[in-house]
Amino acid sequence: MSSYLVGREKIREYASAIGEQAPICHDVEAARAAGYDDVVAPPMFAAVYSWPAMAPVVTDPDVGIDFSRMVHGGQEFTWHEPVVAGDEITTEAAFTNQIKQGELNVFTFTSRSVNQRGELVCEGTWTNIVR
Amino acid sequence: MDEHREVTVTPDRYLTYRYAGASGDFNPIHLDDEFATAVGLPGRILHGLWTMAQVARVHGEMAGDPLALKSLSVQFRGLGVPEQEITITSKAREEGVYATEAVQDGNKLVRRGRAVLRI
Repeated sequence: MSSYLVGREKIREYASAIGEQAPICHDVEAARAAGYDDVVAPPMFAAVYSWPAMAPVVTDPDVGIDFSRMVHGGQEFTWHEPVVAGDEITTEAAFTNQIKQGELNVFTFTSRSVNQRGELVCEGTWTNIVR
Repeated sequence: MDEHREVTVTPDRYLTYRYAGASGDFNPIHLDDEFATAVGLPGRILHGLWTMAQVARVHGEMAGDPLALKSLSVQFRGLGVPEQEITITSKAREEGVYATEAVQDGNKLVRRGRAVLRI
């Protein structure tokens, strides 16, 4: 379990890096006019606020992934409540299973993120493939 | 809403550095050509989650609201590289559900994508 404090400039920096130009992701006034308390995180910012919780689970020696041979095989997110600057997001990450597919080992992890009010903001399924 | 959309985006030469800073993912396979080549890659490669974010953004733009995206699932396959155009396609499957992929130079970076918009 790990928590992440969402910064206004971090949202802007992230939105710029992915080419998201929606005013609600950059401009506080635009976000407030749309009914949000502050600038809004683009959905894929979920990868940023949930990674600090995922990292120790994915790198857990008991899971046993050989990182030199690992690739990110797949990703799924389902979004719920919006995330805005000032939110504190807590993510719980878990190792789900390991399946052998021919020569490949497929490791699946899940994440579940809630905000400071305990409202669900995002659920993720992360698939890593080890060759 | 469009039944079929195609959007192109070209990651510039320094994109992977900006995305590393924005996301916190400083894996050298994305930043260092020499390191990437030494581990058998063609050169430094794009972050898969950046490519997925392009697919997400295209669907948000279709709806006119980045938060209209309810869920997105993708498989990552080919390795993306900077300075080459990526084509993202999206086809309506049923109300609010789209099949999507991202292709660069014939190479599928994202395949079997499924995007669901709030309707």
